[in-house]
Amino acid sequence: MAAVAQLPVTVLGGYLGAGKTTLVNHLLRHAGGRRIAVAVNDFGALPIDKDLIEGAEGNVLTLSGGCICCTFGSDLVAGLMELAARADTIDHVVIEASGVALPGAIGQSLSLVAGLVLDAVVVVVDAETVQERAADLYMSDTITRQLADADLLIVNKIDLVAADTVGRLEAWLAQRAPTARLIRAEMSAVATDVVLGYSGPRALDGKTPPQPLHSTAAYDTVSIAFAERVDALRLAKGLADPALGLVRAKGFVHDAVRGWLTVNVVGKRYSLAPMPDAAARAGRLVCIAHGRPIDRSALANVLKLAAVDKVLEVIPCP
Amino acid sequence: MTVTIFEASKIITMNPARPVATHVAVRDGRILGAGSLTELAGWGTHTLDRRFQDKILMPGLVEGHSHVSEGVQWRFVYCGFHDRSDPDGKTWPGLRSVDAVVARLSAAERAMTEPLQPLSGWALDPIYFDNRRVTRHDLDRVSKERPIGIMHASGHIMNVNSKALELAQMLRPGIDHPGVPLGDDGLPTGEMKGPDAMTPLGRHVGLDRGLLASDEPGLRAFARLCVRKGVTTAADLANLLPDAAVAMMARVGAEPMFPARIVSLRVLRGIGPQEAIDHAIALKKQSTDRMRFGAVKIVVDGSIQGFSARLRWPGYYNGAPAGLWYVTPEQLAETLERALEAGVQIHTHTNGDEATELVLDVLEAALRKHPSSDHRFTLQHCQLANAAQFRRMKSLGMCVNLFPNHHFYWGDEHYRLTVGPERAERMNACATALATGVPLAIHSDAPVTPLGPLFTAWCAVNRMTSSGRVLGEAECISVEDALRTITLGAAYTLKLDSEIGSIEVGKRADFAVLEDDPTTIGGDRLRDVRVWGTVQGGRVFAADTI
Repeated sequence: MAAVAQLPVTVLGGYLGAGKTTLVNHLLRHAGGRRIAVAVNDFGALPIDKDLIEGAEGNVLTLSGGCICCTFGSDLVAGLMELAARADTIDHVVIEASGVALPGAIGQSLSLVAGLVLDAVVVVVDAETVQERAADLYMSDTITRQLADADLLIVNKIDLVAADTVGRLEAWLAQRAPTARLIRAEMSAVATDVVLGYSGPRALDGKTPPQPLHSTAAYDTVSIAFAERVDALRLAKGLADPALGLVRAKGFVHDAVRGWLTVNVVGKRYSLAPMPDAAARAGRLVCIAHGRPIDRSALANVLKLAAVDKVLEVIPCP
Repeated sequence: MTVTIFEASKIITMNPARPVATHVAVRDGRILGAGSLTELAGWGTHTLDRRFQDKILMPGLVEGHSHVSEGVQWRFVYCGFHDRSDPDGKTWPGLRSVDAVVARLSAAERAMTEPLQPLSGWALDPIYFDNRRVTRHDLDRVSKERPIGIMHASGHIMNVNSKALELAQMLRPGIDHPGVPLGDDGLPTGEMKGPDAMTPLGRHVGLDRGLLASDEPGLRAFARLCVRKGVTTAADLANLLPDAAVAMMARVGAEPMFPARIVSLRVLRGIGPQEAIDHAIALKKQSTDRMRFGAVKIVVDGSIQGFSARLRWPGYYNGAPAGLWYVTPEQLAETLERALEAGVQIHTHTNGDEATELVLDVLEAALRKHPSSDHRFTLQHCQLANAAQFRRMKSLGMCVNLFPNHHFYWGDEHYRLTVGPERAERMNACATALATGVPLAIHSDAPVTPLGPLFTAWCAVNRMTSSGRVLGEAECISVEDALRTITLGAAYTLKLDSEIGSIEVGKRADFAVLEDDPTTIGGDRLRDVRVWGTVQGGRVFAADTI
């Protein structure tokens, strides 16, 4: 089957007040050139800061930097179909789910719309209240299911939690979100490249080398180029191994059997897909860790096991 | 200022002071009084209208929960298992097999002239085909070139053919969604479950209007159906009510021969609590006699047969997860508080008992902030409430609108699969509601089940499933109670009991005109009562010529 470029979609879930809206505005302010379409599946006030709004047309707000925001009430799939039809003007879709929505179910709905692909389910929790919420008579199972759906779990408002209880909280969360990587945050401030991965102008197109990310103390990246054919599945599995501790890895590789493939790893989930435009001369990979440095020797081991034995260059972050 | 006195074989008034009469006097669309001709002659010069002298009159029936989209459905091919009559009075025989469905669709297909026009059907219920699932291959027998889509009776599932899947770009491998079963070939079987799975297909098969919408001809068709069922007032329970729709409804409702009163509720969807309340207040000012606005509907959970209703412990009988919330407690609380403050009435859709419990909890807290003595907030469906919850409804001043039609159409499934025997027998506890003193209405949720309060009353009196099982004899109610419930009871939940629901001085001249006496025909035959037509606002509408 011919490979077609697909629009990556991030599903953003979490209960009311966790910080989803703050995160959306943070992403829009640090879009890094991406044209983000925010899709709001909720009722009530629009989640966009006023100063970002440039205009309105029907149910679509035009935002600065080529971004848009659209509301579609309860008809999620109809909204997604509209966005898929605008794919040439959008680099990345962020769905802000309602407080009671199950983000995993929304992620599954993406397969109903041709041209969209799930990038990650990102769940935001309020570090201060999540345990209380999860014990709520009515909301308990909804919260638990939201946590279980997460690929990335943003443990927000970490500054409001006593330092000596953070470890216990994270252990509690890890138990309920077994497939997720945990990311600590204050005021939902998490780097866009961590939340959305490479997309838009940063996307790996197989021609230009990935640009080094702007770095903060909170996360670490490594960018790798290599020449040889690899075992892509083994590589993806290795990158998703919790022991390596990567939040994300993305790239394109020349698989020994299947040819050129894109590799996308988010937390413990990985996917391989045929490359739309297999013009690359070398494999490329970018790895991101959050809250800890990448263990270079462990990474080298993963590469070696996947038969990446001729690394051309490693570009650490400045 | 002309006075018309209608003579009838019997007039059932629902007015305890004069429960039966032979004559009713009408002026300006309102009732001057019910009594004997001698008594009523005192109102002065009059015309004696004897066309109903061998008919039974009762207060115009009130459908407390339906959707005007029923009028639109009849443009599609009826594929239901049970016989059902359309707005023109034609009865469509029920279809007892997949082959029969294919045959009726094929006949409709042959009559179509436009080659690419989709063929749409509705009311399919494969539960009755031993749960044999319908597939795209079945519908491909009707046509491989024309897109075909059939909505199920529940409104939650759609079947389509291969062409429709192809047009929606869904005849492809790699679809991974719980609402899209795949065949051995890895392609969708054509059964699309739930709104997400149905949406991509809707516009290709002519079924994208959703359950809520109606248009001008659909509204007129709905009103004609009302006449055939003896209904003079019907609630349209979940409408987005954009300005254009409100203008259309006001225009159509004002047509001299529009035969029904529609009470249309603004559903809380796509807007926040404050906006919804503001919109309801603005809409109320646009109400006319036959188009009433001003209340708000909130959908709290899903449906029992779709396993999306929120159930309390021990949950679903087959172990399915506890269902889905469609609103957060915070959003619900804000809406109820603002509504109490502004005097806007709220109707909440709660199918599961946990959803009902949440509304009771939230309203109790909201009433502490904004005490209100006559809010009449109404729990809609409320199918699984237990006795303790009915006692709380009573304490909080709530009304309930139960759904006895479910017993007939899905009662066997509820017993066997969804909630199990004990709760299936308790479902839609009309007797408990009445014994507890909770103001009661009962409804059809048309088009989910057929419009027809006398049939709904039969369901509440007999609680019989389609296989003949009596589902909880203890919750059966009397004919007398059932008839009060489909008139005054429903009117009370719509805050219209001072205008309609009984035949007595001062009220609207709204009557159901019947060929048979529902009080003597016998409870087991209540659904067989023949409807001649209605009188609405003093205007006479015969079902035969509507």
